[in-house]
Amino acid sequence: MTRLESTAPPAQSANPSAGLNVDLIRSEFPVLARKVRGEQLIYLDNAASTQKPRQVIEAISDYYSQHHSNVHRGVHTLSQEATDLYEGARGRVGQFIGAQDTREIIFVRGATEAINLVAHSFVRPLLQPGDEIAISGLEHHSNIVPWQLLCEEKGSQLAVIPVTDDGEIDIQEMQKILARKPRILAINHVSNALGTLNPLREIVAAAHSEGVPVVVDGAQAMPHLAVDMQELGCDFYCFSGHKMFGPTGIGVLYGRLDTLENLLPYQGGGDMILSVSFEGTVFNELPYRLEAGTPNVAGVVGLGAAVDYLTGIQMAEIQDYEETLCSYALERIEAIPEVRIIGKARRRAGVISFIVGSVHPHDVGTILDQKGIAVRTGHHCAQPVMERFGVPATVRASFAFYNTRQEVDVLCEALEDVAQYFN
Amino acid sequence: MCYAKHLKMSHSTSIDMSELTELYQEVILDHNRKPRNCGEMADFSRQADGYNPLCGDRIKVFLRLDGDHIIDIKFQGTGCAISQASASLMTEAVKGKSLDDSSRLFEAFRGLVTGNATDVASKALGKLIVFGGVSEYPVRVKCATLAWHTLQAALEDQGQCTTEKSNE
Repeated sequence: MTRLESTAPPAQSANPSAGLNVDLIRSEFPVLARKVRGEQLIYLDNAASTQKPRQVIEAISDYYSQHHSNVHRGVHTLSQEATDLYEGARGRVGQFIGAQDTREIIFVRGATEAINLVAHSFVRPLLQPGDEIAISGLEHHSNIVPWQLLCEEKGSQLAVIPVTDDGEIDIQEMQKILARKPRILAINHVSNALGTLNPLREIVAAAHSEGVPVVVDGAQAMPHLAVDMQELGCDFYCFSGHKMFGPTGIGVLYGRLDTLENLLPYQGGGDMILSVSFEGTVFNELPYRLEAGTPNVAGVVGLGAAVDYLTGIQMAEIQDYEETLCSYALERIEAIPEVRIIGKARRRAGVISFIVGSVHPHDVGTILDQKGIAVRTGHHCAQPVMERFGVPATVRASFAFYNTRQEVDVLCEALEDVAQYFN
Repeated sequence: MCYAKHLKMSHSTSIDMSELTELYQEVILDHNRKPRNCGEMADFSRQADGYNPLCGDRIKVFLRLDGDHIIDIKFQGTGCAISQASASLMTEAVKGKSLDDSSRLFEAFRGLVTGNATDVASKALGKLIVFGGVSEYPVRVKCATLAWHTLQAALEDQGQCTTEKSNE
């Protein structure tokens, strides 16, 4: 229940004018030193999951080696230490995204669970037959299926905001849908399939002017952008630890405190209650009311370490570096004659999706793997996006701040050879 | 602007094509470019559709049977090079064969691509031996076996199959 103060720049931050020390950063990610099929690993599947720095790995190891116990119970020392680590991380995650209060940070398994929580505990009780739920045509399956399930149960309809040929949200069509007052707008911040960076502030303002609350899938934005809840103004923001250099199995639902207060319990169990008898149960306060059962303490500790690590580097620095890197990658990949880029949004982050002539993406992926290059191939859990652009699958190269121009060069040379080889 | 000029990498500047031959052998690439026995068959006796949800590969197999012999076979399909070349080479391998022989060939082929080949079985495979490299890539095994599962489905008079249910 702590009010959060705005953070001062951390002491360990690098001199802003010097740019990122990518050599140092790479040395902090142990996996980047390994070889795959005899070649130096080039990891370009960051949109699926990012790699972990030593600081995160060691925080988890240290937690299990020295401090593990259950949290929020027991008077003994270890339980107190585990609780302090858990709640300490909650505070730092809250500061990292500009929350106003630690109670606004709910720990869940990942962005998927966060969206399901909002669907179940916020939207479901409001939803009437005939109501609409608005989503965009750019969504990951995790921001489609929970709403479909809800619509099916309640006799409600999905209203899908169309996507332009460039892979951007059609803002005019969005306005029309919002004017019909859907119960919620569910939209991503950055598209995992195309890399489109949505103008979220504008979208949230448009929704709120129609009285429509907004839940944002922020999983693909967190590793690339400085994200501030006060600036964005959304009602809910969902993200996953493993896509921002933290562990798997942990994620966050941010919600504005006044909104969270109205949420029904998501799951029942220990930790979310104040007292239980067979006649009835008194629920705990936020955030515990929405965190039933023993939580993923090690996951939270690891996420806290990831947030500390990113805070040390500074998201603004990461954003600058990645913008330059991704522009370079886009320019180079686009210059390969056989390549067709899917999604040409003006503002983008971290992801480039493409096809190489008529070569099936899985063949491209296998050949790149033989050169130690990891990319994702397939529909990227966004089949409606693939359908919109008339392709069954794409090759997706997705970047993090530990990637380099030299890696982009190796990727492009390999792609040129693929095109030639399958010709 | 090069942030990483000091990074040492072992990458050569281009792919050495000889490294690729293990999986993408010339025969496979050739059958992918110019699939044999590809097209529709009007007077088929059996037909089945196969689907590999992992890659989205689709294969349609048409058969004309005479007693227990496959006297003609055609396929239509879309998908990765491994799946399309496998379908093309399969049609060549089973045309004129008895149903028993084609089943035995499937077993031998499955052994080859899953890394459980026996010498005796492999000898019967002929040209199909070019798929030996697939065993190094477990996620691609179903691409190679899709056409065979579809053939099997046609022979068993089941209209369709997916590789989800195969346990390769």
